[in-house]
Amino acid sequence: MSELLHRTAAELAAGIAAGEHSSEEVTRAHLDRIEAVDEVVHAFLHVDGERALEAARAVDAKVAAGEPVGPLAGVPLGLKDVLTMRGAPTTCGSRMLRDWHPPYDATVTRRLLEAGLVVLGKTNMDEFAMGSSTENSAYGPTRNPWDTSRIPGGSGGGSAAALAAFEAPLTIGTDTGGSIRQPAAVTGTVGVKPTYGGTSRYGLVALASSLDQPGPCARTVLDAALLHQVIAGHDPLDSTSIDAPVPDVVTAARSGDVAGMRIGVVRELGGEGYAPGVEQRFTEAVELLSGLGAEVVEVSCPSFDAALGAYYLIMPSEASSNLARFDAMRFGLRVGDDGTRSAEEVMNLTREAGFGAEVKRRIIIGTYALSSGYYDAYYGSAQKVRTLIKRDFDAAFERCDVLVSPTTPSTPWPLGERVDDPLAMYKADLCTLPSNLAGNAAASFPAGLAPEDGLPVGVQVMAPPMADDRLYRVGAALERALTEQWGGPLLNRIPQLQEVSA
Amino acid sequence: MTATVMGYEEALRSFDPVLGLEVHVELSTRSKMFCGCSTAFGAPPNTQTCPVCLGLPGAMPVVNRTAVESAMRIGLALGCSIADWCRFARKNYFYPDMPKNFQTSQYDEPIAFDGFLDVDVDGEPFRVEIERAHMEEDTGKSLHVGGSTGRIHGASHSLLDYNRSGVPLIEIVTKPITGTGARAPEVARAYVEALRDLLRALDVSDVRMEQGSLRCDVNVSLRTDPTQPLGTRTETKNVNSFRSVERSVRYEITRQAALLSEGTAITQETRHWHEDTGTTSPGRSKETAEDYRYFPEPDLVPIAPSREWVEQLRATLPEPPAERRRRLREEWGYSELEMRDVVSSGALDLIEQTVAAGCAPQPARKWWVGELARRANESGTELDALAITPAQVAEVQQLVEAGTVNDKLARQVIEGVLAGEGSPAEVVEGRGLAVVSDDGALGAAVDKAIAANPDVAEKIRGGKVQAAGALIGAVMKEMRGQADAGRVRELILEKLG
Repeated sequence: MSELLHRTAAELAAGIAAGEHSSEEVTRAHLDRIEAVDEVVHAFLHVDGERALEAARAVDAKVAAGEPVGPLAGVPLGLKDVLTMRGAPTTCGSRMLRDWHPPYDATVTRRLLEAGLVVLGKTNMDEFAMGSSTENSAYGPTRNPWDTSRIPGGSGGGSAAALAAFEAPLTIGTDTGGSIRQPAAVTGTVGVKPTYGGTSRYGLVALASSLDQPGPCARTVLDAALLHQVIAGHDPLDSTSIDAPVPDVVTAARSGDVAGMRIGVVRELGGEGYAPGVEQRFTEAVELLSGLGAEVVEVSCPSFDAALGAYYLIMPSEASSNLARFDAMRFGLRVGDDGTRSAEEVMNLTREAGFGAEVKRRIIIGTYALSSGYYDAYYGSAQKVRTLIKRDFDAAFERCDVLVSPTTPSTPWPLGERVDDPLAMYKADLCTLPSNLAGNAAASFPAGLAPEDGLPVGVQVMAPPMADDRLYRVGAALERALTEQWGGPLLNRIPQLQEVSA
Repeated sequence: MTATVMGYEEALRSFDPVLGLEVHVELSTRSKMFCGCSTAFGAPPNTQTCPVCLGLPGAMPVVNRTAVESAMRIGLALGCSIADWCRFARKNYFYPDMPKNFQTSQYDEPIAFDGFLDVDVDGEPFRVEIERAHMEEDTGKSLHVGGSTGRIHGASHSLLDYNRSGVPLIEIVTKPITGTGARAPEVARAYVEALRDLLRALDVSDVRMEQGSLRCDVNVSLRTDPTQPLGTRTETKNVNSFRSVERSVRYEITRQAALLSEGTAITQETRHWHEDTGTTSPGRSKETAEDYRYFPEPDLVPIAPSREWVEQLRATLPEPPAERRRRLREEWGYSELEMRDVVSSGALDLIEQTVAAGCAPQPARKWWVGELARRANESGTELDALAITPAQVAEVQQLVEAGTVNDKLARQVIEGVLAGEGSPAEVVEGRGLAVVSDDGALGAAVDKAIAANPDVAEKIRGGKVQAAGALIGAVMKEMRGQADAGRVRELILEKLG
């Protein structure tokens, strides 16, 4: 394994800019690593080595010519397969889009390419971002590099596993109910869901428009901040994007000073149903922050108990509408068009064949929740709960600068364990959902390994809207103190993956 | 299948009709409601599309500010209140010409509501109350091929054109229109015509029914008398001419009256209008209609027009068409009948501009409603599409009044202008059309005419002055029409007096 693979994105970028190593070498090392381990990990759905190397050489040429390059120029990256990019398929982990080549770049993609990042390929995900294990991908599950018999989280399991398996130093995820943070927690990596409207959704194939948000995934807090800086900011193509300066996340990530910060522990996010090792590592992390000068208080957000119910009405409602466009008329899969069937019959056959079970389940739930006569009881009530959750956050943020909780109640479970138990699967998002419903910023940082099974645990930090910098400040403090305790990054302890000789 | 109908007068003796009109107006903004694609009519299929209006995965809408302003101006011109805060909603249903399988539309939060439009029904005023005016996007167009009807039923395949997908529409919905009595068909027509005039004055739409930029759905119900609650209504879709609006109301009244009289209940349904037979037939029944599962559009932010913005737009409103017609009729001294001709021939703006260019109102009317209307009719174009400007028409009239040309020559001048021969003065010059008032040339022609018609000359000498007409005719013939007839008459009388 090339030692370049263990460098941070910040180190790689500095080395490329200084001419210590070329982007082509860095990119080739990662492509070789993908070649060697991805047959087992299956973090990627699509890899385009030629394109990546070409992009890498373009950055090298700029550096050689003495032209200025961005702070992450030449660094390889994996893009979740729910964001469009010209010249590559965007499948969303669905049969429905097996061969769909979008004719346009998502705004996030465009910003990455303009900043000189080298896209290695598209990462695996639960179909249309519906799931917490990546087992709902139509192209097979991703495996957790800590234990390849276990799930890597979801929906962005591919983006998280690629980091933990050293296949990429940076990846992009999207978070609707925890799809960046929960995979980060169970793979020992960093994942940030920016404030809703902080990053553009243009070109992100929508699951639930009022909840979705693209964000950075990385192995270190500073790398996540540098990537955040590249992709964030107002986009006139996304009406819900916020027209305000991006919070200074990079400075916050470099600082890590939490002295005097008021940190609220959310009473409702813990206790029964939480693994002992998860609670233990979380408590230790809070104590650590306290030791660094933060003021720790307990806060109550009683409406969070209703978040799961509200989320599983709002998300499927929006999804049922967003996914209506997959009808075989203009793009994607078409089934049964033999010249004898009507357009309606072809639509039905295509949607029957193209969508997996979880997608159908949510379309049915959402269609029902929006139906005349049920709307007020379901969608309407869920929106009221959403307002209550926002109020709980507002009240808590009056007392605290940030809130903290475990990211997810358990460590990664064995593949297949919850496939037939949707409710158990949904509970993995208990702690992460409230921030999607309220639209505030939230992140997951590594908190260590659970003593009982030696698997990763994440701590979640939540900040008010457009105070994303506070996430990085707390994350950096934790990272610094814990790395010292562990005697090196947590991922140094990950078992060696069996490499396939090239 | 022909429905039994009742005579119209008989129907009105037993029933009180109630109308409801839903008019869709395509705005004439340069770009679509939610993307930058062109809205130009008639481009090759699917050449004015992008990821947004094709509903490609990941694409997102951005509201067209001009369309919102047009909607607010329409609302204000209809006397509506403008919402302080409103949203778009998604109307969910599957149809191949609707790319996202939902239409982004306003639902329970329209941008404008509670207004009215005063219309003129054969000289009588009638107030139509407006329920709401809301914004939405148009669908694409389906062309069903291989069947006999052009409808999807029986077609072998369908072609889809998404150029129209996302074109901004404003839907204007009336409150139930009661109290029309037997005048219901005329009220319906007068309302749609008045709305057309208003939208044209606002310059927000092409308002061409034949191109579909103004489309009308007509709701009709009957009740036995005005104290009864509203009856079950039918909605006749896409009635696309003023005449058809009137005819479809009349037909539905007679059809429903026949059914109700024999004790059959009216089915709440949409109906198709058949221009050729003047009848309607059932479309889909509302009982099995889809549940549109409306919910607020999460990809767009609410629109909250500030008071300043609303007032700025209010200041841009044109004079209401009815008021303007009344004012101009008085200023110009036209009769009611003359004014109606002017309006129906689409000459009002043109005459106003001609008068502004210095022409008296009556000759301006005479040229536009007479000679020019005839020529427009011959060439099958609209009056305002003729290749002559109001200023040029005023110039022609000036030439007439200065005696440079007579009425007959003036028509030839107009012909020249329309043929692209230049300004009226240039046509006079180029065609040599000026009347001759040079006494030398005229005198010679008069002498020649007297010599050629001695008997006529004798009568005039004998005091029969009215006989001069025959000599004038001969002189005009000699001068090939280019003579000042008044001067010719003077010369004849001088010579024979």
